[in-house]
Amino acid sequence: MPTGYDSATVWLVIALAGVLTFAIRGSFIYLFGRIDDVPPAVESALEYVPAAVFAALVFPALLAPSGDLAVSVGNDKLVAGALAALAAWYTERVLATILVGMGALWVLRFVV
Amino acid sequence: MPTVSSDLLDGVRAAGPLQLGIAPFGLVAGVAAVEQGLSVAHALGFSSIVFAGASQLAMIELLGADAPLAIVVGTAVVINLRTMMYSASIAPYFRDLTARSKALASYLLTDQAYAVSIARYGRDGGTDRFAYYVGAGASLWLVWQVTTVAGALLGSGLPPEWGFDFAAPLVFLALLVPTLKDRASGASCLVGGLVATVVVVAGVPFHLDIIVAAVVGVLAGLAVDSLGGDA
Repeated sequence: MPTGYDSATVWLVIALAGVLTFAIRGSFIYLFGRIDDVPPAVESALEYVPAAVFAALVFPALLAPSGDLAVSVGNDKLVAGALAALAAWYTERVLATILVGMGALWVLRFVV
Repeated sequence: MPTVSSDLLDGVRAAGPLQLGIAPFGLVAGVAAVEQGLSVAHALGFSSIVFAGASQLAMIELLGADAPLAIVVGTAVVINLRTMMYSASIAPYFRDLTARSKALASYLLTDQAYAVSIARYGRDGGTDRFAYYVGAGASLWLVWQVTTVAGALLGSGLPPEWGFDFAAPLVFLALLVPTLKDRASGASCLVGGLVATVVVVAGVPFHLDIIVAAVVGVLAGLAVDSLGGDA
């Protein structure tokens, strides 16, 4: 679905996200020396960000690809995603995960 | 005796195998931008100015869904919070750099550049750390720019029934699986993923799913951790 935002607004988003992303990445590289240790509470909370965030990006795309819950073998993205998860688990490679997932989706759509 | 250029080239070499993961990810980011009605220039803008794959993809999808701009940018911040962890971990190695070098190091701080460099620093104290890091980071940067532009140029020509939009969640899946190291991170994954799904299915407005799921998911991980979940 094409965005309704105009080009200038997209550039504004890019600029804002760019500045904030740079600030996050630079945070401790610049602060080090002023504070030598990351507060333990911050450190342990940050530890769980990747799992929570990546899961939030994956689960809805597989369990509810069109916005409604679709937990059945008729949901080709759920089945293909499950196979891709196995590929990710055993290979830990992005390329293998994409190939297995897209391949499974095409087999389910065009062959089965 | 280590020279600047040999350590730089070592960094380029060490990042090589990771390029196999970056290249398809970059293509997906480029294709996604065009599919959501953005231009090739926007795609390159995201890749060069933000230079953060997962948050780029999420922002592009949110823009396509006309989500409020605060949610678009806020979601990117939440997704990129993990690089604060990398910043903290790698900072001691960069403490003596000039402010300008620190700026370059910050700009290039990705999952891959961090992983490659921190592994090397742990093994070999004689490395010119900054050169090695720039070798890895800049070569990853270059491949990312080239592949996103290639994806954006290719993007509008792809038939929709092939479902190339599905490549984005597959990339996230490939990033998710290695984060599942113990019971607590498993809880973060499960709770974060299910909360996001509930938020989407319930039709909660403003595309808050990732922000809400991140908060609840991190709390779940901390809770399981403090309950003494083994390992």
